[in-house]
Amino acid sequence: MDALHIDLARALRAFRLELTLDVDGLVALAGPSGAGKTTVLRTIAGLARPDSGRVALGDDVWFDSESRLDLPPERRSVGLVFQDYALFPHMTVAENVAFGGGSGTAALLERFGIGELAKIRPGELSGGERQRVALARALARDPGVLLLDEPLAALDSHTRARVRGELRGLLAGLEIPALVVTHSFEDAAALTDRIGVLVEGRLIQGGSAAELVAMPSSPFVADFTGSNLLPGNAHATGDGLTEVVLSDGSLIVSTDDLTGEVGAVIHPWEVGIARAMPLDSMQNHFHGAVESLVPVANRVRVRVGPLTAEITAESAARLSLAPGEQVVASFKASGTRLIPLA
Amino acid sequence: MRRRPFDVLLAVSVGLVLAFLLLPLLALFLRIAPRDLLSQLTSEVAVDALVVSLKTSLIAHAAVLLVGTPAAYLLATRRFRGRSLMLTLVELPLVLPPAVAGIALFAAFGRAGLLGDTLDAAGISIPFTQTAVVFAVVFVSSPFYVRLGVSAFEAVDPRLLEASRTLGAGPSRTFFRVALPLAGGGLSAASALAFARGLGEFGATIMFAGSLQGVTQTLPLAIYAQLDLDFDVALALGAFLVVVSVAVLLTVKLLPSWTRFTSISLGPSARFDSS
Repeated sequence: MDALHIDLARALRAFRLELTLDVDGLVALAGPSGAGKTTVLRTIAGLARPDSGRVALGDDVWFDSESRLDLPPERRSVGLVFQDYALFPHMTVAENVAFGGGSGTAALLERFGIGELAKIRPGELSGGERQRVALARALARDPGVLLLDEPLAALDSHTRARVRGELRGLLAGLEIPALVVTHSFEDAAALTDRIGVLVEGRLIQGGSAAELVAMPSSPFVADFTGSNLLPGNAHATGDGLTEVVLSDGSLIVSTDDLTGEVGAVIHPWEVGIARAMPLDSMQNHFHGAVESLVPVANRVRVRVGPLTAEITAESAARLSLAPGEQVVASFKASGTRLIPLA
Repeated sequence: MRRRPFDVLLAVSVGLVLAFLLLPLLALFLRIAPRDLLSQLTSEVAVDALVVSLKTSLIAHAAVLLVGTPAAYLLATRRFRGRSLMLTLVELPLVLPPAVAGIALFAAFGRAGLLGDTLDAAGISIPFTQTAVVFAVVFVSSPFYVRLGVSAFEAVDPRLLEASRTLGAGPSRTFFRVALPLAGGGLSAASALAFARGLGEFGATIMFAGSLQGVTQTLPLAIYAQLDLDFDVALALGAFLVVVSVAVLLTVKLLPSWTRFTSISLGPSARFDSS
């Protein structure tokens, strides 16, 4: 597959967007709203023009400020899924998908499980269905790169978890590079292999979700990633819980219902720290030495093995925590959320 | 509940407005029997006026649609310096007195006008011809269509136009497949209102084109001419135009439910809202 190369500079209202990125698989640009993420996608698609830079898919150059090359959107081999999907309201699902050309509309509808919706107009579709139509439409043109702008933002929280799983499977099956823009680190971790954190127009850190969680280069990334992410293999236990065998062989349990390769997501504020094995309702425990103590406002982030716990400064003082001390980090099965990683 | 005096005052106001507006229209139909009305419409002067009006209105309207639609699309979808000024200039004829329009057309296209020598050299004389009627109608009706057309295109979500582009459609395919169908409801309403305005044009036409039966005498001009000659013919033509106007108004009111994508509310500035 040809990689998408982006090198952009553009003055935005409050800051300057400067980004260099190579997309050769599933990549997410994550960051707070207003960081310039959507501008990046619009620039790649040719809907916005950077002040300077270069956009190319393999040897196919779409924009180059030096040679004054700027191809119009219709001549860039790109599929863009808009945040609110932007389906044509006056066309049926089939007409929407066929709009981008290509002969395989029927096959595409089947592949996305929307064959039965072919003659329906977008106004009558649910959020999840709209997303599938938007994806099918974007891919109908057989683009060289797929761009998704906040693909899960338009969905309610209930639909979101299911659609996220579907989307993950779909993106993993793609044979073209895909760039996903999202304000949710969790979505970025669930959908892609590599994440770039974009803040005020600059890429402040890139890496896998686990790397970003484990080794945040700045307090912002630490705060943005927020959650612990433990990769492992999940299987159902007899009593309705899910057991996850982590890569180091240890076991944790979750109330989420998911099997296979998963990431267990635990928010740091769900993790408690004790000097000795506690007698409480927590089901998951890690024994280990305190690796680091990082104050964040009135809280302290305590690193124990693969886990980051966030406790009040008062608790940290009461336990007189110091690097090297042996502690137990505990969290509840119901505070352990599973996201698919396969 | 006891009615308060203020509510009564409001109700009386509405009653007065409706009575004053409808009484003359009603009188038009009551002064003449329906059968006489039809026979008066087949009189020579009436038929001539019908033919002139229909011919000039259709030609003028075709020109307005053909040029006005792309112009409205550009003004609605591009942001450029001078855009507000252009929109204001388009709106100017809407508030211009028709007599000013007539004298202005003379000043531009008349014998002694701005383009008079040029037209003369080419052997073209416009005043007091059917071309002059078409010019007058276009001058007063096109601002309606363009201004309302801009609103209709502005009501189309710009992201749909962008989506079309990223799906491989060039600007013209995007216009015909996405923008035009989605603005269709609003454009049809604009078209109907502009047509009605053109059909009723009087002041500019009588000044610039005259009132020559069978050549430049349109329906409104014929009504005026027949006022002294044959009042019944004038009444019949007036009644006919009322029927046409009602049809146009109904068309505009019913359009939104046909198209589902845009709706129109007729205010002083006739705004369009996306539904």
